[in-house]
Amino acid sequence: MSFKEYLTLSEISGPLILLRDAEGVTYNELCEIELPSGEVRRGRVLEVSKAACLVQVFEGTRGIDIPASKIKFLGRGIELGVSPDMLGRVFDGFGKPKDGGPAIIPEKKLDINGQPINPYARTYPSEFIETGISSIDGMNPIVRGQKLPIFSASGLPHSRLAAQVARQAGLLGKGEKFSVVFGAMGMTFEEANFFIADFRRTGAIERAVLFINLADDPAVERIATPRMALTCAEYLAFEKDMHVLVILSDMTIYCEALREVSAARKEIPGRRGYPGYLYTDLATMYERAGRIQNKKGSITLMPVLTMPEDDKTHPVPDLTGYITEGQVMMSRELHRKGIYPPIDVLPSLSRLKDKGIGKGKTREDHADLLNQLFACYAKGKEVKELAIILGEAALSDMDKVYLKFAGEFENKFVKQSEYEKRKIEDTLNIGWQLLAAFPKTELKRIRPEYLERYYKMQSAK
Amino acid sequence: MIEGKIIKVSGPLVVADKMSGAKMYDIVRVGEKRLIGEIVRLKDDEASIQVYEETSGIGPGEKVVSTGEPLSVELGPGLMGSIFDGIQRPLSVIRAKEGDFISRGLEINALNREKSWHFKPVAKVNERVKTGDILGEVKESEVITHRIMVPPGIEGQVTEIKEGDFKIEDTVCRINTGSGTVAVTMLQKWPVRAPRPVEEKLEPSVPLVTGQRVIDTLFPVAKGGTACIPGPFGSGKTVTQHQLAKWSDADIIVYIGCGERGNEMTDVLLEFPQLKDPRTKKSLMERTILVANTSNMPVAAREASIYTGITLAEYYRDMGYDVAVMADSTSRWAEALREISGRLEEMPGEEGYPAYLGYRIAEFYERAGKAVCLASNTNRQASLTIVGAVSPPGGDLSDTVVQATLRVVKVFWSLEDRLANMRHFPAIHWLTSYSLYAESLVKFFDTKIGLDFSAVRNTAMRLLQEEADLAEIARLVGIESLSNQDRLIMETAKSIREDFLHQNSFHEVDTYSSLEKQYKMLRNTVVLYEDSKLLLEEGIELGKVLGIAVREKIARSKYIEEGKIKELDKILEEIKSEIEKLGISNGVTK
Repeated sequence: MSFKEYLTLSEISGPLILLRDAEGVTYNELCEIELPSGEVRRGRVLEVSKAACLVQVFEGTRGIDIPASKIKFLGRGIELGVSPDMLGRVFDGFGKPKDGGPAIIPEKKLDINGQPINPYARTYPSEFIETGISSIDGMNPIVRGQKLPIFSASGLPHSRLAAQVARQAGLLGKGEKFSVVFGAMGMTFEEANFFIADFRRTGAIERAVLFINLADDPAVERIATPRMALTCAEYLAFEKDMHVLVILSDMTIYCEALREVSAARKEIPGRRGYPGYLYTDLATMYERAGRIQNKKGSITLMPVLTMPEDDKTHPVPDLTGYITEGQVMMSRELHRKGIYPPIDVLPSLSRLKDKGIGKGKTREDHADLLNQLFACYAKGKEVKELAIILGEAALSDMDKVYLKFAGEFENKFVKQSEYEKRKIEDTLNIGWQLLAAFPKTELKRIRPEYLERYYKMQSAK
Repeated sequence: MIEGKIIKVSGPLVVADKMSGAKMYDIVRVGEKRLIGEIVRLKDDEASIQVYEETSGIGPGEKVVSTGEPLSVELGPGLMGSIFDGIQRPLSVIRAKEGDFISRGLEINALNREKSWHFKPVAKVNERVKTGDILGEVKESEVITHRIMVPPGIEGQVTEIKEGDFKIEDTVCRINTGSGTVAVTMLQKWPVRAPRPVEEKLEPSVPLVTGQRVIDTLFPVAKGGTACIPGPFGSGKTVTQHQLAKWSDADIIVYIGCGERGNEMTDVLLEFPQLKDPRTKKSLMERTILVANTSNMPVAAREASIYTGITLAEYYRDMGYDVAVMADSTSRWAEALREISGRLEEMPGEEGYPAYLGYRIAEFYERAGKAVCLASNTNRQASLTIVGAVSPPGGDLSDTVVQATLRVVKVFWSLEDRLANMRHFPAIHWLTSYSLYAESLVKFFDTKIGLDFSAVRNTAMRLLQEEADLAEIARLVGIESLSNQDRLIMETAKSIREDFLHQNSFHEVDTYSSLEKQYKMLRNTVVLYEDSKLLLEEGIELGKVLGIAVREKIARSKYIEEGKIKELDKILEEIKSEIEKLGISNGVTK
C-alpha cells in the first residue's frame, strides 16, 4: 500500500502543526511525522480543508522543523492491536509495551474511538458487585456495567481505594472471568509504581492490562490513553466474555491535555478555559461502559478524578457527574480524622443501586436500611452543627442520640482496613447494630415487617 | 439534483462548494459513506453542513448531494412503542441489521413499510373533508387508536374509501380536490422545525395528574402547560422525569433522551413494558414513544432529537390526544447548538452560547399548549405538555440555559442538592419552586377533589414558610425558647415534609398517589394541626398534644393502597376522637 507523504509543513504552534496543500487527507486520520533526526512521531488530523490540514502531534513538537520534516498519512484512524496475551502486560499511553516484554501479536486491530453502543442493544446493569467496602456496598452499591467515578482531591488516598476495589471486586464464583484494565494519565512514577507493585504482589497482575502515561510523558498522548484502555476493555468484555473493571486515573489531567489542544487551536473556551465539547468528549468515553444483551462480559468503569480546590462544581467533576451513574465522594474531613476509606456517604450516590440490591441479590432489607442510615447520618451531622453553635446542653435527648450515631457510623461502619473485605451480610448487620440506638418510632424509612424482623434481632443481642 | 464537493471538515461541521441552489436546512448526503447532514449556512456557492454522524475518514474532494428536502419525520401507524434515534431511525431495526454498535451512513425507514394495519373508515364517500379531518382509524396499540387524518393542504370530496388491511404506503382513500384526485395513504411527512398548525390555542385549565404529591398538590402543571426541572447532577431530574412518564394521566408520552445516559433509555425500554398504566391497566409502553440520542451519539443529531420528538407529539395531539413530552436534558441540546455555532465561528453570546439561544428555547416551549385541533369539526380539543429537564453547571441557577428557560415556562420545580443528600426525594424544594397554574387550577381541585382542597394546600404552604422562619430563630436561640404554638408549627411542618412531600418512587405503593389520596393525607395533617392548636390555647401541655398516638398512623399513610383510601377517613375520625378525649381528660369542655 502506498502512503501519501508530504513536505509541505507551514506552521508549528504548541502541540499542533499545519500543512499546506494536503490532498486526499481525511478528518481524524492518523499520520506519522518523520523528523530530520529520523525519529518518528504520531499525529491526528483535527481539521482538514482544501488548502490546509491541522494535525495534533501526540509526542509534542519539539525538534520538528519546517523544511525537512516529512508527514505521512496512514489512511486510517488510531488503532490498537488486541489479543488475550495483553493480560499481565504493561503498556505506555499509546499502547507500546513498556515492561520489556515482547510485542503483542494482535488478533485484530480496533479503532480506539470505538462506536456508540445502540441503546436498544444494552441491558440494564443489575448484578451487585461486592467490593468488601461497607461505605460502597452498604450505602452506594455498585453493579456490573455501571460507571461510577471516585471524586477525590490532592492528598487523599484515592489510589489506595482504587487498588482495593480492583483487588477485592475480582473474586467471583461460577467460573466467570474477571480482569482489570488500568489507564493512567499523567500519573507520577511513584503512584504508577504503587499500582504495579500492588498488582504484582497480590497476583492481580495476571488478569490486568495496564496503560501508563507518566507525568513526564507527552501531554497530548494522554488524549489517546483512556481510549486505548477502553478499546482493550471492549475487546475483553464483548469478545472474550470477561467482566472488566476499568480504572482511569486521573481524568482531571486528561481534561487539561484536551484544554491544551483546544487553546492551541484558539477555540472559543467554555468554563475555566475547557473546550465547549468537553461534555461530549467525556461522554464518548464513559458511555463505553455497560452491558449488552446476549453478551456474557461487562465493562464497569471507575474513573478517578481530583477536584481542584476540593470544588465539585469545577467543570471536570461537574460534567463527569452529569454523565456517570453516581459518584463516590472522598472527604478531606474524614481523612483528617484518620478514617479510611474517607468516603463521605452523603454526597456519594449510586444511581443503579435500586436494581442491584434487595431480595435474592443482597438482602430484602437493604434498600430501606440504607435509606434509614442516610437519613440518620444526615440528621446526626445537622445536629453536630447545631451543637457547635449552641453547645451540647441545648440539644434534646433525641438529638444527642443522633449526634452519637453520626460518630459511631463513621468509626464502625465507614472505617475499615485497607485489606479488610467485609461481606455484605456483615455490612448490613453493622448498620442494624448502629440503628438499635434509636426507638422504633424514629425509623420511619423502614417497612414495619423488616423493622419487626431485623430490629428485634439486633436489640436482642 | 445539486451535487457539490467537500472543501473542509472540522468535527461535525463540513463545508462544501458548488452547492448553489441548495436551500437552508435542506438535508444532504455527505461523502462516499453518505452521512446525513443538514445545511446550516449558505455563502455564495458554499454550504456549511452539520453532520448527524461521526465524520472520521471524510475528507476534501468527496461529494455532497442535496436531497432538496428539509429534515422531516414520518408520521403514521407504527410509531407507538418504538425507540428512535435523533433523526428518527428505529434503533431496533438498526440493531437487527448492524449489530450492537451503531455504524454510519445507514438508510432505514422510520416506519415499517411491510406491516399491515387494519384500516376502518370514519369518513364516508361524498363527504367533504379538509386538512385534519379524520378519515379512518387504525388500532395501533392496545390502548391507542391511531386516527388517520387528511394530510396538510388537502381539501375536497371523498370519492373512494374502504375498510381493510393496508400497508402504510397503500392508498386508503381518494379525495377529489376539484383540480384532480389525490390518493391518501396512512403515511405523512412533516418538517421537524416547523410547528404543526392548530385551529386555535386555549388557556390550559385541567391539571396533568402525575401522582407525585409535591407536584400535584403544591406545584401542579396543567395539561398543555410547560414546566422545567433544573438541578445539579444527582438531584433526581431523571427519576422525576421517569416518574412523570410512568404515572401522568396523559394519553401519550414522548420521552426524549437528549445527550443523556444510554442505561437510562435501556431502563425505560425494559421497565415500561412491565409497568401497568393505573387507568388503562395496560403496559405503559403501549402509549410511549422514545427518542434517544445518548451522550456518546453524534452531537448534531442531539440538536435534531428535540424537534423530532416534539413533532411526533404534535401529530398525536392533532388526533385529539393529551400528549406529554419529557425532554431530558435541554442543556445538552443547548450545548449541541453551542458546539455547531462555535464551529461556524459565530459571535458568541453568554457563556459561548449563540445569541439566538433564548429564541430557540422559547420557540420550542411555545409548541406546547391546549388547542382546538385543525378540522371541520371544532369539538376536538387536545393538549401538548412539555416538561424539560435542565442541567446547569454546578447546579448554578444563574446558568444561561436555566434563565432562558425560566423566562418561558410556567412551572419551576427546583431540585436541590441538599435535599438529595438527605435522601429527601423528590428533592423539589417547597419554598423556591413555583407554579403559575396553581391559581387557574383552583376551580378544578375545589370542585372535583375536595371543597377545601386549596384551603388545605394554602395552610400547608404557610406552615412550611413559617417553619423556615422559625428554624432561623431556633438556630440562634435554641428550640426550647420557642413558644408552644411555634413548636407545634415546627412539628407539623416536619410531618408535612417527611410524611407528605417525601415520596419513595421505588416503593410499590408510594410511587403513585391519586389526587384523592393526596388531598386526604394532607387534610388529616392540617386538621390535626388546627385541633392541636386549640388544645394548646386551652393550656394543655405541648408534650401531651404532640404525643397523640394517631400521629404514627399519619406518618405511615403514604403506604395505604389506592383501594383502601377509606382508611384515611378513619384516621380523620381517630384524630377527632383522640383530640376530644385529650381535651376532656384535661378538663376542657367544648
